[in-house]
Amino acid sequence: MNVVEMNAITKYFGEMVANDHVDFDLRKGEIHALLGENGAGKTTLMRILYGLYKQDSGGVQINGKAVQINSPKDSIANNIGMVTQHFALVPPMTVAENVILGHTNRFVLDYDAAESSVADAARKYGLDINPRAMVRHLSVGQRQRVEILKALYRNSRVLILDEPTAVLIPQEVDVLFETLRKLVDDGLSVVFISHKLDEVTNITNRITILRDGKSIGTVDTCDMSHNQLAALMIRQASFHVNNKIAEIKKSRSLLNIKSLSALDDQGLPALRDINLTVHTGEILGIAGVSGNGQKQLAETLCGVRNCTEGEIKLDGITLNGKTAGEFTTSGMGRIPEDRLEGVVGELTVQENLALEHLYQFSNKGFLNHKAIQKHANELIVQYQIKARPGDRIRTLSGGNVQKVLLARVLSTQPKIVIAPQPTRGLDVGAADYVRQQLLEQRNRGAGVILISEDLDEILALSDRIAVMYEGKIVGVLDASEANPERLGLLMSGAVKEM
Amino acid sequence: MEVFFINLIAATFRVSTPILLAAIGETFTERAGILNLGIEGIMFFGAFVGFFAADLSGSLWFGLFLAVISGVLSGLLMGLFSVSLGVNQHVSGLGITVLLTGLSLFGFRLQYGGRSTPPSIEPFQQINPFANIPILSTITQQYLLTYITFLVIVPLAGWILYRTRYGLHIRAVGDNPEAVDAAGVNVYAIRYSTLAIGGGLIAAGGAFLSLAQLGAFSHGIVSGRGWVAIAIVIFGNWIPLKVMFGALIFGGTYALQLRLQAMGLKLPIPYETFLALPYVVTIIALVVAGRNASYPAALLKPYRRE
Repeated sequence: MNVVEMNAITKYFGEMVANDHVDFDLRKGEIHALLGENGAGKTTLMRILYGLYKQDSGGVQINGKAVQINSPKDSIANNIGMVTQHFALVPPMTVAENVILGHTNRFVLDYDAAESSVADAARKYGLDINPRAMVRHLSVGQRQRVEILKALYRNSRVLILDEPTAVLIPQEVDVLFETLRKLVDDGLSVVFISHKLDEVTNITNRITILRDGKSIGTVDTCDMSHNQLAALMIRQASFHVNNKIAEIKKSRSLLNIKSLSALDDQGLPALRDINLTVHTGEILGIAGVSGNGQKQLAETLCGVRNCTEGEIKLDGITLNGKTAGEFTTSGMGRIPEDRLEGVVGELTVQENLALEHLYQFSNKGFLNHKAIQKHANELIVQYQIKARPGDRIRTLSGGNVQKVLLARVLSTQPKIVIAPQPTRGLDVGAADYVRQQLLEQRNRGAGVILISEDLDEILALSDRIAVMYEGKIVGVLDASEANPERLGLLMSGAVKEM
Repeated sequence: MEVFFINLIAATFRVSTPILLAAIGETFTERAGILNLGIEGIMFFGAFVGFFAADLSGSLWFGLFLAVISGVLSGLLMGLFSVSLGVNQHVSGLGITVLLTGLSLFGFRLQYGGRSTPPSIEPFQQINPFANIPILSTITQQYLLTYITFLVIVPLAGWILYRTRYGLHIRAVGDNPEAVDAAGVNVYAIRYSTLAIGGGLIAAGGAFLSLAQLGAFSHGIVSGRGWVAIAIVIFGNWIPLKVMFGALIFGGTYALQLRLQAMGLKLPIPYETFLALPYVVTIIALVVAGRNASYPAALLKPYRRE
């Protein structure tokens, strides 16, 4: 019998559909993967099961009985536990306090009893944790064990793990997998949310693949190869870009990146020993499942994130160690990944267009409004921005905000254009416009670094394609020899082609 | 000199009581993640409601009771804005202070407006459990409310926060409400309840001023004690016992400056300058202790389940 059955679950966030009639079932004693790219709707589906979201339509059955889950309280009562990606732990409290939080019947707490019962539970499930330790002193792997212990302490028979390996080092992953195998031997059922193919094929019994909020289907893990899974998981949209190849002026190397390493916000390695070269008049596509270091690469290349090792050399000038402003004046142009972080919503279009080079428009600290307006009017025409210079940015559509950002960066004629996820969230027309602009930059002789999760976009625009996996470049292909299957394999970390 | 110090110690406890009550109340709300800037207004309102109700009914205890009720309701109003509606806590707190200050003054004008002498009532009497022990008796000559505050409310607050399930929930809500929600506990209920408890304690602090210390109500009766209480909560690192020491430091300096003013010292500065002393000391204490303050991580953040 199925422990959990979710039927035709649909969930909207505003206009966007996050889950579109998704079916999902979980058998007793299995590890079941939810596989899909970021934004495919995996987490949403499981947050609905755990009561953190409410579905707009569709039903949930637990052990064959239809249930209403309105909050985590209901799912806990149905013996469902979830370890969310951001741990639901209170750092200044002890492990025992965190575990008994919301799960003690005594008004007056008995810390000795709580600590020994938590220690008993930890021993029973083979989770090595000191109940008196303060959570803020624990490593990420240990915190995850506390989260699992929390769920088990509440008698969970279904354990949902959201990207549990994303924050772990390989050794910790091995420990986690060992724990999970032990738990399913005890009759628990585990939902394993992931986008990493090798882990999914390593540990799970069945796989449900989600793409753009829809379920592509459920398969037995043993029947599938990495290749087939990659093809199922990765979206195959189609779009039109005019003339891919203009004439490439044969090029010289412009940007040299040598053994570049950097840390992410948590202080974990995000970039490991990256070597890349970008030539004049080429688009270098960077493919990869999101969260493999692309964001940090873009940030490091424009100077807002410091590298720990390595060298960034643009046109013979070493840039690392310099400020973000010096990166820009040396010819690095970045189109910010998060559009709304790149603009100031309360300021007008003309002010935002002038924001990064105010020194051109000011005299002794006073702004020259006429010059700012003239500059804005020119760019609005040139980049087809549908807005007036005096409109506030926050009233603009996503596509027009992106055009403002493009205009601001490209009007300075940078030598290198870094475009991380430049078309994400744009409608087809706006996306095509952005792609066309990138091609024009290449034809002008600039080097373009296009970071995208959209494989078709990468394949259509790039002259060469580098693939990132876990902070490393695992392969660099010429556009002519690349195809989705080959890239998918590289993206999954299954093979390397250097 | 000895008499001077013994009197100073006795006065310190008296002067600290209202601030300590308010600071313990604020400790509860901030531990749950709500900065209640309505504190100054709620103290003022509590002082007024307590005085008004005691004057009309003739019972000081009834006055204190109504003051606490008014504080609870004010706390819940803060909850409506900052918890349910998710309004910025600075805005809603300051709004409540402005509202309650205006309301109290308006009510005072309506009831006592035409009088030539300020109205007054017979305040709470002090008690003394050790009346016949020489030096000690000067210090133990205190209001019952002072005894309750120092010997019951402070230890009780510490016990609730650190030894009970409710306290565990409060501390967790103030640090990571998502964790509490995921554990199946109602975040809003915890935050509302601490605002109610906090409001009641804050108003009791205000009522202490009108019903015990002064036996009267006036425009400047609170004069910034609410803001000082907020500083003291930070100084005390959100731990009731440490908050108590903070309140004693302020109370001690306040009592000291009163005496310095009265001594008529011949100094090149006007004696009113001493008035600033307790506030200056509070600022210095805050700067010294505030650097290591471990703020509740979710302070000022409205909780929404996305």
